[in-house]
Amino acid sequence: MTLWQIVLLASIVCLALKFAGYLVPSAVLEKPGAARTANLVTVALLAALIAVQTLGAGTDLVLDARVPAVAFAAVLFALRVPFVVVVIAAAGAAALLRALGWAA
Amino acid sequence: MAAPASDPDRDPRRAATRSAIAVGVATAAYGISFGALSVAAGLDVWQTCVLSLLMFTGGSQYALVGVIASGGAAAGPAGIAGAALLGARNVLYGIRVKPLIGGGFWRKAAAAVFTIDESTAVAVAQPTLAAQRRGFWVTGLVIYAGWNLTTLVGALLGDALGDVRQYGLDAAAAAAFLGLLWPRLREVQPVAVAIGAAVVATALVPVLPPGLPVLLAALVAVVVGTLDLFGARSALPDPVEEEARSALHGSVEEERT
Repeated sequence: MTLWQIVLLASIVCLALKFAGYLVPSAVLEKPGAARTANLVTVALLAALIAVQTLGAGTDLVLDARVPAVAFAAVLFALRVPFVVVVIAAAGAAALLRALGWAA
Repeated sequence: MAAPASDPDRDPRRAATRSAIAVGVATAAYGISFGALSVAAGLDVWQTCVLSLLMFTGGSQYALVGVIASGGAAAGPAGIAGAALLGARNVLYGIRVKPLIGGGFWRKAAAAVFTIDESTAVAVAQPTLAAQRRGFWVTGLVIYAGWNLTTLVGALLGDALGDVRQYGLDAAAAAAFLGLLWPRLREVQPVAVAIGAAVVATALVPVLPPGLPVLLAALVAVVVGTLDLFGARSALPDPVEEEARSALHGSVEEERT
């Protein structure tokens, strides 16, 4: 697949999901199990993405400047620092560690 | 001695507009990080902008470019599947807000495009139907306009940066996902799922092509959710409402209350 095909197909699928909510009968929500599982799938995907983005490099696992940077981000989120500030601070931490040669 | 109803500060619609703008501006600001990460992942500025214009659901957008960053175009199918799974919660939001949107096909179609975490959360938090409608549309419009503008700015910035590791943009991607996850970790069950999914995904990275470890980690949620492991079993009054609300970031939430 080309990048354009991926971008367009993924966009259409996500847009279709938004429309689906207006088309399916509301009874779907009355099963608490369905809503609970859907919420947990979001949590699982985000957690898996964090792990892979922090430790993965293609099909290898690597410990580099991303690990301390993400740990720093967790501390800042715990202190309720706003999203954008944390993301910039995490990038800055990784950049600094690399510039100093303390981490790959 | 004005009657409370005519006091403009007490009009729930005005209050809804205020929180919608606060939430909208805060959310739109992080389109910069999405734009920069997307071009760092190998997408061009146009592809990045099309994602924000058409897909317009932050978690799915980050997920797609994250998978492309590690696996390139070959990981496309896994990236699309990941984006779709993350976008599935918008189905629940649509079901929840449909009754308060009203109107005919075109109004519902426009509302569907704006159906995301933030617009749903602001809408369902309002006390009256008129204020719910106002909250939904203002949040949706402010974020749509702002998110697309900041995506373009971020993409152009990212394009100008060059070597992204030097600037720590790879760590920024993980931090962005952490920011989306953080407000959802208020109970034992999601924390258990998050830890389990992270362990499964990490263990599978060396044995599966990029993208697939993330998809398989979603099975942890299916198992825990279906069997209701680690759960309080306390049926929340409205799980969708809770979900939309928990997706808002802490600072924004304080602004609303």
